[in-house]
Amino acid sequence: MSKQRMMPAINLALQEEMKRDNKVILYGEDAGISLLGQTTGLQENFGKDRVRDTPICENIMTGMAVGAAAAGYRPICHLLYGNFIYTGFDSIANQAAKLKYMTAGQVKLPVVYMAVIGGGRSAAAQHSDIPYPALMNLGGVKVVVPSNSRTAKGLLKSAIRDDNPVFYLTAAGGGRPEEVPDDDNYLIPIGKSEVINQGNDVTIISIGSMTLKALQATKKLNDKGIGVDLIDLLSLVPIDEDTIINSLKKTGRVVIVDEARDICSAASHISAILSDKAFKYLKSPIKRVTVKDVAIPYSPILESHVIPDVADIVNCIEELLELN
Amino acid sequence: MMSIKNYVNNLSDEDLKRIYKKMLMIRKCEEHLGEATKNGAFPGAVHLYIGQEAIAVPLCDQLNDSDWISSTHRGHGHFIAKGGDVKKMMAEIYGKSTGICGGKGGSMHVADFKKGIIGANGVVAGGMGLAVGAALASKMDGNGAVSIIFFGDGAANQGVLMEAMNICSLWNLPMIFMCENNQYSEFTHTSEVTSGKIIDRAEPFGIPKYEVDGNNAVDVWQAAYQAVQRGRNDEGPSFIEAHTYRQRGHVEFEYTFLSRTYRDQNEVELWKTNEKDPILRLESYFIEHNKYSGDDIEKIQKEVQDEVDDAVKFAIESPEPDISSAMVHMIER
Ligand SMILES: Cc1ncc(C[n+]2csc(CCOP(=O)(O)OP(=O)(O)O)c2C)c(N)n1
Ligand SMILES: [Mg+2]
Repeated sequence: MSKQRMMPAINLALQEEMKRDNKVILYGEDAGISLLGQTTGLQENFGKDRVRDTPICENIMTGMAVGAAAAGYRPICHLLYGNFIYTGFDSIANQAAKLKYMTAGQVKLPVVYMAVIGGGRSAAAQHSDIPYPALMNLGGVKVVVPSNSRTAKGLLKSAIRDDNPVFYLTAAGGGRPEEVPDDDNYLIPIGKSEVINQGNDVTIISIGSMTLKALQATKKLNDKGIGVDLIDLLSLVPIDEDTIINSLKKTGRVVIVDEARDICSAASHISAILSDKAFKYLKSPIKRVTVKDVAIPYSPILESHVIPDVADIVNCIEELLELN
Repeated sequence: MMSIKNYVNNLSDEDLKRIYKKMLMIRKCEEHLGEATKNGAFPGAVHLYIGQEAIAVPLCDQLNDSDWISSTHRGHGHFIAKGGDVKKMMAEIYGKSTGICGGKGGSMHVADFKKGIIGANGVVAGGMGLAVGAALASKMDGNGAVSIIFFGDGAANQGVLMEAMNICSLWNLPMIFMCENNQYSEFTHTSEVTSGKIIDRAEPFGIPKYEVDGNNAVDVWQAAYQAVQRGRNDEGPSFIEAHTYRQRGHVEFEYTFLSRTYRDQNEVELWKTNEKDPILRLESYFIEHNKYSGDDIEKIQKEVQDEVDDAVKFAIESPEPDISSAMVHMIER
């Protein structure tokens, strides 16, 4: 165990997996020098053959991953910021998500698409999006969103070993340093969430960067005598339905905290699942704390207005409890 | 690299002096931004245009408000060159309500549609389609307006460039492809990510091409003149590749997060010399040819600096945006 921030933990997972399996290759813009730190040192350790600097060409990058995977490699396509997933979206939506199905399961597509997502840095609308709602709707790709350095390591290793296209999306802020296991087989299974706080009054389901805020909200609520069952969702496709339904059975109330815009967000999808499958356990409406339905503005004052914060979560839950 | 001596009749001293002053305006704004960002004076990151001023200004000097430009993440220079308001740009970068986008866009999204500035862009080559669309509109209006896409050597590797060149040539659109080859795409040298010569990409589409020294304002002006005239006369698109150099980092502060260097400091210094720097070269030309004295230049420098200082003061003293402004301007309901 050692305390690490998000980017070094991602780097560690990449180093371990590239060492373990020489079919793992990685490419991206400035992958060698590494803009954000995920890929630092990989080129030195594994060579320019397996770790490639690409031109700026997201369309071919996303498509190339599908072809290389079909031909036996395990490519990691590094797309820098989540917004550039849109730039390379055609091959993602029309090829990666459908090729296996259309060809009756003839191919395995072990691709990892990775990017940094979300706002909070005054990077404005084209560098701050949460693109997973569109990805979740494709059906043919898995989506994972770690919340801290430990889950970042465990989920990335699972994503690289998975035989399906997996989107590996991490928060830009990266959160605070956490204990990260040294074990080079430390895997967090895709499709499993983690209950990170136990309580009986309300369930909070949080995603990615929102988990840290939800944890802070949980402490505030505890101080007021409100017990929170906090679930760090980790995987959006597939979703760990058992864990969230079991928690709802216990608490009867659910608040989902999601940094996506509300329309067709992960939060709205989860609330649909819960009302379908666990309606009779609900004591109050399912609530969603999400980004307001606008692009992310540059000004910090405006940006913090549209992105959920700890107070938004606390207020939402207090209102919910007052309803009863 | 040659000095500025190919003086030509269609470019007067007055033109060149006006161009010089605009270039200086860009330089001094950006020098301020480079300094101020160190103290966290404004939110967000800035990509500075210092060293490339002789590209945007001589081209935009030949344009009107009805002509269109679409630019890049390194867009302050294009904005100022096309007549954007310096105060409003500065206030935008400071995230203030008086900014040209009300503080909602910031450095990477400065735009002023009334002035034909479609805007900077956070997506590399993201402005390409927009410029083509504006060229199509001008063509259909038949008003002789032209449309310019400014893009980097890095952006030249996006496939959309091919799509744009094809359609502009096919439909004979009044489009100017202005590639600013500053040798780097973020932290990677162009040669490592680019095959062939960028300018040659225009050839198979039958688009006339002009390769110029992008640090020589007169060279750029001449090529731009040809391209703009072609557009105005409905003769179709042109492609200019201007060779230049980015004197600052890709983004300010890059060495606080990069794990190693990516270019030689001597190389950077070379481009700041009298022989290479586009502003110093113009100044040498003015002095050598007795167009300006050293005192004249100092006086102009001061005028421009005062204007920049005013803009900064305006930005600092302006109010923050009202929270309600976050919730408007998406779609009309
Ligand atoms: C679609 C897309 N991919 C990647 C990036 C990240 N990025 C920003 S600037 C840049 C390099 C651009 O190089 P160039 O076009 O030469 O312009 P310069 O920075 O040299 O002015 C990259 C890769 C982006 N903004 N958009
Ligand atoms: Mg460049």
